[in-house]
Amino acid sequence: MVELPSDPLQCPLPDGAVPESVVVRTEEHWVAIMVMMLTVMMVIMVVTSLVGALHPASNVEVIDSRTLHLKGEFVESNLGTALEPDGSVTVRLIAQQYDFVPRCVVVPADRPVKFRLTSDDVVHGFLLPETNVNTMVVPGFVSEVRTRFARTGDYLMPCHEYCGLGHQAMWARVSVVSWDHFAGQSLLERTRCATQ
Amino acid sequence: MQHSRRLALLHFWVAFGLFLPAVVEGAWQMLMRSPLPAPLRYPSMYYASVTLHGTVMAYVVTTFFAMGFGYAIAETSLGRPLRGSVAAWICFVICITGSVMAVATILAGKASVLYTFYPPLLASAWYYLGVFLLIGGSMIWVVVMNVNMIGWKRDNPGRPVPLAMFAITATADLWAWAASGVLLELICILIPRAFGWSDLIDAALGRTLFSVTLHAIVYFWLMPAYIALYTLLPQATGGRLYSDTMARLTFIMFLTFSVPVGLHHLLMDPEHGSGFKFLQSFLTFLVVLPTLVTVLSISASAEIAGRHRGGRGLLGWIPALPWREPMVLASGLMLVMLGLGGFGGIINMSYAMNSMIHNTSWVTAHFHLIFGGATVIMYFAIAYEMWPRLTGKPLSSKRLACWQLWLWFWGMLITTIPWHIAGLMGQPRRVAIFDYSMPFVARMASLVIISVIGGLVLVASAILMVAVLVRSHLGESSLTEPLRYALAVNPPREVPSSLNGFALWNTILLVLMLVAYGYPIAQFFLLKSHSVPAIEVTRRSIFNGTQ
Repeated sequence: MVELPSDPLQCPLPDGAVPESVVVRTEEHWVAIMVMMLTVMMVIMVVTSLVGALHPASNVEVIDSRTLHLKGEFVESNLGTALEPDGSVTVRLIAQQYDFVPRCVVVPADRPVKFRLTSDDVVHGFLLPETNVNTMVVPGFVSEVRTRFARTGDYLMPCHEYCGLGHQAMWARVSVVSWDHFAGQSLLERTRCATQ
Repeated sequence: MQHSRRLALLHFWVAFGLFLPAVVEGAWQMLMRSPLPAPLRYPSMYYASVTLHGTVMAYVVTTFFAMGFGYAIAETSLGRPLRGSVAAWICFVICITGSVMAVATILAGKASVLYTFYPPLLASAWYYLGVFLLIGGSMIWVVVMNVNMIGWKRDNPGRPVPLAMFAITATADLWAWAASGVLLELICILIPRAFGWSDLIDAALGRTLFSVTLHAIVYFWLMPAYIALYTLLPQATGGRLYSDTMARLTFIMFLTFSVPVGLHHLLMDPEHGSGFKFLQSFLTFLVVLPTLVTVLSISASAEIAGRHRGGRGLLGWIPALPWREPMVLASGLMLVMLGLGGFGGIINMSYAMNSMIHNTSWVTAHFHLIFGGATVIMYFAIAYEMWPRLTGKPLSSKRLACWQLWLWFWGMLITTIPWHIAGLMGQPRRVAIFDYSMPFVARMASLVIISVIGGLVLVASAILMVAVLVRSHLGESSLTEPLRYALAVNPPREVPSSLNGFALWNTILLVLMLVAYGYPIAQFFLLKSHSVPAIEVTRRSIFNGTQ
């Protein structure tokens, strides 16, 4: 084989095997294709963000994590589900090693729901699987997430950020019930999931 | 290569020597999360192990690999001895000291904060100091690379810097930019608190500084793989590089675009407003460009070679390529994994879509495919290419090397495809054990078991890789061809100074960083009272829910 001039490894490609003009033309075509691909992706990103009205928690609201229990909206008596005058619902939760307080909350379906969370120790994460309700919970800040549940049912609520050696035990629950069921519940039932 | 042989070889051995145990750890961690029985099934050991796996893979293996590769490139591509080899040895000693400190502290159970630190969790000061020595020490390497490139330019005025040297210097500069975030976080926040010099911790500022590192570091890992694609692969196929200009632009774009985008790792964080999240999400799309350029350049280079070897027709050049060459095989497999992983990445960086999968197993799957798969498989190929040049002994078996690459490829796919699906189902990351009696968790059991099988395949592949390297190292010496880097089909006679150095691009990057990160960092000095007490990771009982 060695003697054969057609053996490619014995006969390296000469300079200019592909003319410069061909290289330049191919590159121009490729740049056009790339720009189109990027444009499509950027349009998808903008459309899903704006039309879908999906807004990750970006409220930049500070809070003193050392006095949560003493004053302000995160005192213990104010945690859980609260019905607002306009018919929407606000859920206040504290994430702490290794639990959410309260561990279970009830919210109505087909109503605007606003989650407000903060942490009294380290960074935690808040996720309702198979929904786009997802936020980090950073001590010193309040995370606010708005959503609306179309179906009734239970959502598990794992902490999705490493928060210490007991992280794996940090699971809580959100129970979505019909509006009629919700309206018939007492304040305590709503925050404690007394049905279970 | 005469002078830097031992230096480069030692760096590679540190990298691959630590790589193997870290792969075994990864497999054990997957076993622990599965419904199968696992030895040592303690959550605290799991978190220590995740910290070790991350620290070793993300900081130690990659940094040592890039440094060793850099020294080898500087000497072989410039064709003269490395300048600053004393500094390089000092750098090695500092980085090894830092690595040992960090690893020992983790093994002692005093640093289970994961490699991403997560303040206000607090580890032992020795861990932070170790990581600081490793990353800070590697800045000496950054300087050595720049000194070598600039010195060669001064001695060869008007000539284009060899592409491999140009690219590794871009890698070094990128690493300096990337490392700035984590180094600042360590010096200003974590080390002072760990030694008790400060009281409160600014957790949100720490997260923001780390985000500067968190995305660019991935490109630092990836760049050696791209250097191999551009400068070693065309040579291995028997062809030529398609375009020198496109190659230079690729490395310039990686340097310029991959740093001012880190905020997309904080899209779900409450401490940043939507404006800057959106801006950096947008900038992130620009990082797709160099990868797309690479896909064209590499395919076109391979096509030249394939047709030269007798491939005909639209796609006939593909089977004509020498697939038994480890470098060629690895590159093909790499592009498949890069394609799959890149698709997932576009979802991660999208401002809104990310909320579906943030911090689920989807993300773990994504970066294992991009880094553990696409990048690391090229590290293997580079090692197989470099070993004969560094040891003076031929590779013991190309066939075994190719087997090893196939095993790694399939292992990575079997591991990460189930992770992607489990992530979409809502499986959270970084959880030590799951309660498979919960219906939500039980649905994922079979996916998790499949991924464990993938993990075992990866372990087998990693053992095979080290075995091939050790056998080659112990083999008989023989004459080996010197390392040659691919030349473009139309080799550049001269290139504009903007494509022959980084002053302009570093300046542009500085402006981009001020725009992208100026306010997001400055805001923490304007906001009132958001610093929080640090929580020592070992302080609280695991089973106690309240204080």
